[in-house]
Amino acid sequence: MTAVTPAPPSTAVRPAPAGPVPPGRPAGRSRLRTLAGFAFGAALLFAVAPLVLSDFRLALLAKYLCVAMVAVGIGIAWGRGGMLTLGQGVFFGLGGYAMAMHLKLADAGPGGMPDFMQLYGQLDELPLWWRPFASPWFALPATVLLPMAVAFGLGSLVFRRRVRGAYFAILSQALAAAMVILLIGQQGTTGGTNGLTDIKGFFGYDLDDPVNQRMVYFIIAGTLLALLALTRQLIHSRYGELLVAVRDGEERVRFLGYDPASVKLVAYVVAAGMAGLAGALFVPAVGIISPALIGIVPSIEFVIGVAVGGRATLLGPVLGAVAVAWARTALSERFPGTWTYLQGLLFVVVVAFLPGGLASLWALARRRDVAAQPQRRGRLSLGRRRAERTEVPAA
Amino acid sequence: MSGERLDGLSVRDVRVSFDGFTAVDGVSLEVPAGDIRFLIGPNGAGKTTLVDAITGLVRATGSVRFGDEELLGRPVHRISRLGIGRTFQTSTVFEELSVLQNLDIAAGARRSWATLARRRRGVPDEIAAALETIGLAARAADLAGTLAHGQKQWLEIGMLLVQDARLLLLDEPVAGMSHEERDATGTLLELVSRDRTVVVIEHDMEFLRRFARSVTVLHAGRVLSEGTVAQVQADPRVQEVYLGHPVDAGSARTGQEA
Ligand SMILES: Nc1ncnc2c1ncn2[C@@H]1O[C@H](COP(=O)(O)OP(=O)(O)OP(=O)(O)O)[C@@H](O)[C@H]1O
Ligand SMILES: [Mg+2]
Repeated sequence: MTAVTPAPPSTAVRPAPAGPVPPGRPAGRSRLRTLAGFAFGAALLFAVAPLVLSDFRLALLAKYLCVAMVAVGIGIAWGRGGMLTLGQGVFFGLGGYAMAMHLKLADAGPGGMPDFMQLYGQLDELPLWWRPFASPWFALPATVLLPMAVAFGLGSLVFRRRVRGAYFAILSQALAAAMVILLIGQQGTTGGTNGLTDIKGFFGYDLDDPVNQRMVYFIIAGTLLALLALTRQLIHSRYGELLVAVRDGEERVRFLGYDPASVKLVAYVVAAGMAGLAGALFVPAVGIISPALIGIVPSIEFVIGVAVGGRATLLGPVLGAVAVAWARTALSERFPGTWTYLQGLLFVVVVAFLPGGLASLWALARRRDVAAQPQRRGRLSLGRRRAERTEVPAA
Repeated sequence: MSGERLDGLSVRDVRVSFDGFTAVDGVSLEVPAGDIRFLIGPNGAGKTTLVDAITGLVRATGSVRFGDEELLGRPVHRISRLGIGRTFQTSTVFEELSVLQNLDIAAGARRSWATLARRRRGVPDEIAAALETIGLAARAADLAGTLAHGQKQWLEIGMLLVQDARLLLLDEPVAGMSHEERDATGTLLELVSRDRTVVVIEHDMEFLRRFARSVTVLHAGRVLSEGTVAQVQADPRVQEVYLGHPVDAGSARTGQEA
């Protein structure tokens, strides 16, 4: 060791890294690729899909894209933040019900009551908590803010107490169950098992008109693209890096002076907001919101799509969610009853054999390419090293 | 480097017990500002547990002061923000993030949410300096998971530097390192101790002889001996613990591994 410059390690001690050090992807090129990707996605959603799909199929796609929005949020919370949230249906439902309540009130006209309330008949006036939803200025922000507020409340309680892993998953799922029970129990004001159905208008547009259905589809497609852009920004921000650090070493992050609870809370709240927005847009696309659409089963289905696509990537959750939702429709049309089992099998297979989802196949192929170039061999040790990772002792 | 004041660490009568078992049994020690204190002792002596207590990972009684601040009773991240940084017996770098990202996160605990929401542009000065200091400038863009074992340890130390830690608590930093890597690490410790206080838990006696300025020996949760390397090595109680029987000071030889 030279005594002159104590600046030590690699140059003095180790042989220099095997190849030229990859300078990291030039920012300009990566931005260009992203823009190209977004342009491609926009062309697909806005030009190709409406041209080649029938009105019926386009409406189905609109529904899938709503599921994809939930998936994008799960990608952030679970893929990037390590919080396996099995209860996104709650936030989807809050957004959906908030929107549906407003649309029902709008359908009923000023001073009117939604049809189902008259049907069940014990009420002679609108319940107090329904009233603010008559105003779009309240209802629209509420579709996003309400789920975010609930996520904030729950997350503040849970993350600070270091509830995580399977415990967090079970807790989030229990919340979904509780919400369904609550909705069904309050049939007179929530529509019970049927939910809020028969929604006819959307801010003055008749939803039975295919032209307007198409407009709803475009709104949904545009929203999904906007959420993807937002997510990309979040992933590449300093916060996004920090979130991954919390996922992989929560205790370590604590020792760097951060409070991991608040880092996780932000991701969880953002994911809830996205699910709420998805629920809100689902309502005009499908015309109904009901407990069956937001309970435990749909909550798990949201997650399966994300797992299949690749939870830690930007596009994986979207593609996985659409693929699984599409497969569900296709298969349950032909073989009713088998889908549930198939879906469970799919989930097990992915989790056991392909934890990175289909996106990891893509990454693997790219790594093969890299391996073909001898000067970058050094990076191949990645997989082995990762397996050796050890955890900081928990408190 | 940071131009901040140097502080010493003062541990008084610290006790840690796990379900009735007392792992740290009334330890008191003073580490003066700028010292490189080695903490040695047989396996299970309570060295790691003492550091856990100082950094808030386990509950302890007694008092731990760094400068004017009492540390006991504060949560982990608050203690960290007072300038106390630590490493762990096993490497804990964020393997799926690059070396640069690891350092950037370590440097950022005081960042506002507005800063966090934006991207990092370029390499902040203090991080560039740390990359040079730990000799990983050429690997900045690589995933930390691809680093060699020794380099990971240096990255951990680099993270403490950018974190602005003024007290470094290192748990077996040279375990598993080659001879050259140990020397490089020792030199690095001497460099960073110019404006920091350093506490090193270590089993490697040769490393200790070369780089320790002072030594505390723990045994069964208590301080057994304290002083310079020579004083500690000459202490018959230390020899007894390490070798099982007292040896006269002239022929005192401690093995490679304690
Ligand atoms: N969380 C815990 N619960 C129960 N006992 C513990 C816990 N942590 C440590 N101990 C016990 O406390 C004692 C001191 O452990 P500690 O890890 O501090 O030893 P050490 O001096 O760091 O040893 P080593 O050189 O092997 O790292 C040991 O007997 C250990 O088994
Ligand atoms: Mg130890």
